[in-house]
This record gives sequence, structure tokens and C-alpha cells, in this order.
Amino acid sequence: MTVALVVGAVLAVACVVLVALPFLREPRPESDRLLQPDELEQRRLALAEQRDRSLAALKELEFDHRTGKVSDDDYRELVGPLRRQAAEALRALDLRAAPTGERVRSRG
Amino acid sequence: MPDLGRAALVTSFLLLVYAMTVGAFAAWKGRKRLAESAQNALLASFAATLVASVLLFAALARHDFSFQYVADHTSRELPLGYTLTAFWGGQEGSLLLWLLVLTGYAVAAVLTGRRAGREVLAWVVPVLGLVGTFFSLLLVFVASPFATQAAAADGAGLNPSLQNPYMAIHPPMLYLGYVGLTIPFAFAMGALLARRTDERWIVATRRWTLAAWAFLGFGQLLGAHWAYVEIGWGGYYAWDPVENAALMPWLAATAFLHSVMIQEKRGMLKVWNVLLVVLAFGLSLFGTFLTRSGIIQSIHSFTQSSIGPWFLGFICLITAGSLALIFARLPLLRSKTRLESLVSREATFLYNNLLLVALALTILWGVVYPILSEAVTGQAASVSKPYYNFFLKSFGLPLLVLMGIGPLVAWRRASLRALGRTFIWPLAVSIGAGAGLLALGAGRSLIGVVAYTFSVFVLASIVLEFARGTAARKALGDLGWLEAFSSLIARNRRRYGGYVVHASIVLLAIGVTGSSLYGTTREARLAPGESMTVAGDRLLFRGYETTLESNHRAIRAVVDVYRGDKYLGRYKPGKNQYFAEDQISNEVSIRHDLLTGGDLFLIADQVNGNGTVDLKALQEPLVNLIWLAGFVFIGGALIALWPDAREQRRLAERYAGATARV
Repeated sequence: MTVALVVGAVLAVACVVLVALPFLREPRPESDRLLQPDELEQRRLALAEQRDRSLAALKELEFDHRTGKVSDDDYRELVGPLRRQAAEALRALDLRAAPTGERVRSRG
Repeated sequence: MPDLGRAALVTSFLLLVYAMTVGAFAAWKGRKRLAESAQNALLASFAATLVASVLLFAALARHDFSFQYVADHTSRELPLGYTLTAFWGGQEGSLLLWLLVLTGYAVAAVLTGRRAGREVLAWVVPVLGLVGTFFSLLLVFVASPFATQAAAADGAGLNPSLQNPYMAIHPPMLYLGYVGLTIPFAFAMGALLARRTDERWIVATRRWTLAAWAFLGFGQLLGAHWAYVEIGWGGYYAWDPVENAALMPWLAATAFLHSVMIQEKRGMLKVWNVLLVVLAFGLSLFGTFLTRSGIIQSIHSFTQSSIGPWFLGFICLITAGSLALIFARLPLLRSKTRLESLVSREATFLYNNLLLVALALTILWGVVYPILSEAVTGQAASVSKPYYNFFLKSFGLPLLVLMGIGPLVAWRRASLRALGRTFIWPLAVSIGAGAGLLALGAGRSLIGVVAYTFSVFVLASIVLEFARGTAARKALGDLGWLEAFSSLIARNRRRYGGYVVHASIVLLAIGVTGSSLYGTTREARLAPGESMTVAGDRLLFRGYETTLESNHRAIRAVVDVYRGDKYLGRYKPGKNQYFAEDQISNEVSIRHDLLTGGDLFLIADQVNGNGTVDLKALQEPLVNLIWLAGFVFIGGALIALWPDAREQRRLAERYAGATARV
């Protein structure tokens, strides 16, 4: 019974400490806001996904062409739009990554 | 000790309620420390549940019959292994295992799921808390494994069907599968609640979904083998509602694993994918409900209980809540891309999805109809084997052939000329195989010939995929064949792991076709010295042997098997008489022929007082391919699951800045 009581008490205290830990660690934080990606960050994520999707599709198309699943005609027809999509996503990401002054220059 | 067990479960319940309510508030209001605190509550609930589980194990090991659960499911003479596996042999222990696996998964998924994004993760915690709260509520208020009684001198023992080594692995595997489907569900709902419908939740749960699906699939095969060697009717799958209950979420998860690739590659099918995640999770809850509620008569339903209404209520809540959330987020889930051609890889995935979901739903109807019929008319209607077999053929055979077509078709669109070039070899090989089978006399089952021909087509297309891929990689660099082959797999583990899984499904299809359509059954009453013949093998009954074990008496019919004059061995089917349980079990004897993949399956149907035996002998061609399929399946799943450093670097770069622990 005593062992059970001790184990129970240790478990309860450990759980309470663990749950309270964020407040014990930072009693007065500078900010308690749960950071959320802003519009810019979300746009960057969407572009990164678009870039990866286009690059993966290009890679897949090249491989399918080499293994004979895609004919030469289909390959020529499909590769152009995919390259354009990938280039557009890469360009847009580069623009976002560049400092403001550079971005203005590249636009201008 | 029971008090400590109850206290641990109450602690777990309170922590999960905290994770659910405070976590939801923190995510809603955007409070960082509260969200972290809710996440920690989820971690602490695992520790509390683990303490409760260790206590139940200890009570089982000590034969502490003051625990009602221990007294109801074990006895002093039960071997230690089965005494410990009785943990999940009954209602309350099974629910505790559910909660232990769930909180364990939750800890692992939350700690490794940073890629989902901190705002999504903040919502995942309350969703996991909600599911955990339900199970801990059942354990605390409805079905406690720590209920006590005046200590009995001995327990009631364990159901003889559960006294099998598979008991140690089959139920935990299934639970890892069932419960694992909670993780993609929680992340999908978390993403919708956070209004983030990008791919992050998919990336974060990719491995969890695959692992849960693999556990569920392998768990079912283990169950099939258990039924084959233990239940003793010569089959491995009886369309029992509880067997179906595991198959349905597996089919839905299979559909999801395919359609999610279309979302990743083309940004399409976002609504369909979250619907599939909800369907898979809902069906896994429904499966647990079927097994545990006692609503159906099944060999798997070991208990009658009052938890049914609780489960139904929770399933309704989850389904209605998820559908309402999906409906509310529809504008965010619209896809900008469209299917370019009906002859493309994504189109074949779509057809495969429709067939898988149709199969899952027809099985669901077969399971639900008798229950509804009884509720409405008061008379139980039965849905029997022909219903399921009809739909298995109608949807399963097209699914089989699609497994061969899909890999040969390019993404986006495929021209007729390219199709002709890629299909010619698999088509030629499969037509040749079909013709050969007809010539060998396999035509007595047309469906069998079709299934075998489709299987050969799929295998040929898989071999061709590996061969062409290896040749293409070899041509790219200065590589030997072996290097090119391993680099091909290493560079696209999911694709080639998937092909290996496809090969395992083909093995399964061949094994099921062979054993169910081309088998032979013979029955005879034999006196000592008499013999019978099955598929060319002579079975000579020699007499009985009886042995006394710790908890049962074993009676065996001694049968010598001959092929022509050649002696093949001695086999001993019989029965076990369990003392504490006061039950008799059938113990079969099987002769495996590794060369042909077939089995000779012997059942002593009736042990007669006058010294005769009613012997049933089944010759089951190719049945061992089903079990081989299990190993190939695990191999394929492991290839697909194996970490890919290149992929990890790409994802780390993609999500840099958007990840953190809450």
C-alpha cells in the first residue's frame, strides 16, 4: 500500500510539473503569442511546394521518357509547360528571398 | 495496487481532458505556453497509461485473482505467456491497450510532427486529446480493468482459441494499425481547424499512415494464419464481421495512400483525401465497436458489454464533426488543377480509389445490414459468403489488373503508341500464361484462370518496371547492374517499395485463388488400420494417442501419409480438453509441401468412443503463397518507410522557418 501511495504521489507530481513546465520555465515571457506564418511566409510555402512539384514532375517525365512510357512527341509537348512552371516558381522564390532593394531593382 | 491502477487511469483521463479543452482554447486564442502545456499533458497521459498497463501486467503475472479481470481471463494452470497476453484477451484490457498505443503514438507523432507547422500542431493536440478522452472515459467509468472482488482460489481461464502463440502478436499488430489511423486523422483535422490546407499535414503524417496501414495489413494476415492453424475448419478468412472490420479501414487507407500521391504530385483531390482519412479512422472506430460491443455473434467477440452505445455516440460525433469541418473549409480545399487525360497514371489511381472505396462500402453494408435488419424487423438477416465473393470478384479483379496497368502509364497523359510499347511484353506473357493454364486443365474455374492471368500480367509489369528503371539508371552513369538497381530503389523508395507491396498482393491473389478454387476435400469415418485418399495421398489411421498437459488433456488421431509407396510422415490432428475453461478445441495437423506451396490439412472432426475417427482432409494448392505474401508485404512496406536523406534535406529546406515545437 505504501509503495502504491508513493508511486501514485510521484506520478501525480510529475504530471503536474510537466503540464506546468511552460509556465515555470517562462513566468514572464516577452510574448505569449503562438506564432503563425504571415501572408508572406504562407506564400513562400505555397511557392516552395509548387517548385518542388514542378521539379519532381520534370524528373518523372524525363525518367518516363527514358523508360519508354512517354513518346518523343508527348515529351516535347509536356516538357515546355513544366519547365516554365518550375522556372516561374523558382523566380518568384528568388524574388522573395532577395533583399527589398534588390527586389525593387530586379522588378525595375 | 488496484487503487493505484485506478488512480493512474483517472490521471490519464484528466490529462487528456486538459489536452483537449485547454489545447483547443490555446489553439483558438493563439496562446503559446498554454499550447505547450496541453502538449505536455498529452505526453504525461502516456506515462500515466503506461503505469496502469504495467500494473495490469503485474497483476496477471502474480495471478492476483482479487482483480476481476485477472480472475475472468486466466487461471493458475494457464502458461505464463498466455497469462500475460490475456492483457488484450478481454474487453477492459483491450481498451487499455487501445489507450496505451494511442497515447504512445500521440507522443511520437507530436514530437516528430513539427513539419506540420506550429499552428497545425496546436490543433492536433486537442484532436488527439478528444480521442484519448473517449477511451480513458470508458476505462474509468464504464469498463475498468481494475475492478476488484473477493480473491477467488482460481480463475475462469482463457478462451482456448486465444491460447495460441499468435495471440502474442496478432492483436497488438491490429491495434497498432487501428489506432495508428488516428494520427493522419488528427493532423488532417488539425490542418483544417488551423485553415492550413497545404501539404504540411501530409508530409508530417506520411510515415505514420504507411506504418499504421502496414501494421493493419500484416495483422490481418497473421489473423488469417491464426484462424487457419487454430480454428480448424481449413480456411483462413470467413468474411466474419470482425475480420471485415479490420479489412474495411485497410481498404480505405490503401485508397488514401494512392490518392495522396496525386495531391502531392498534382495538387488535386484535397477534399477526397481528407474524406478518405475520416473514412479510414471512422471505420477503425467502427471495427473496435464491432469487436468490443458484443452487437454481433462472432468468433472474435469474446465479451458482451454495455460499451456499444458509447461507441456509437462517439462514431456519430466524430463523423458529423469531421464532415461539418470539411464542409466549412471547402473553399480552401478547391484544387486549381484538373485531370488532363483519362489515360494517365493519376486516372488509374482514381479508378483504383473508386474500386477500393466501393469494395469497402459493400463490405460495410454486408456487416451493417443484419444489424439494421434485426433492429427494424426484429429478425436477424444474414449476409453470407456468396454476397462478399461476388463483390470481391467484381471489384477485386479490376483492382488486380489496375495494379499492372498503373505503373506502365505515364503521369498526365499517355499516347497510344507509348502504351502499345510498354504493354506488349506484360500482355504477351500473361496471355501465354493464361493459354498454358487452360492447356493444363485449370479451365474448370474460369474466374481462377482470369485471376491467374491478371496476376501474371501484374508480375510481368512489375518486373518490367524494375528492369527498365535499372537500365535507365545504368545508362545515366558508369554503374554496374547491381549498383544501378540499388540506386534506382534508393532514389524512389516509395515507388519501388510500393511495387514490392503490389507483388505481395499478387502472391496473395494467387494463393487465395489456388486454395479456394482448386482445392479438394474428402471426409471419412475410419477405424484403426483403415485409410482414405485425398488428391493422390493415402491417409492411414493408426489409432489414438492421449497426453496430459498442465491445463488440458490432448487427444490425437495418429495418421500416416503415403504418396504411392513413399511414406511422407506422421500427422496428428485431434482435440484438446481444457479443464478450467471446460471447453474443447479442435487441433489440426498440416503437412506443408514447400515445393508446390500447397498443404494437406487434417481435421479430426469427431473423436468417437468406439475408437473410430471422423477425419476430414483438405488439399489446399498454393495456400503457402498467402503467408509468403505477408513477408513480401513487410519487405515492401519497409522499403517505402526507410528514411530518405535526400528527401529529408529537401523538406527541411522547404519548411525552414515554418517549423517549431508549438
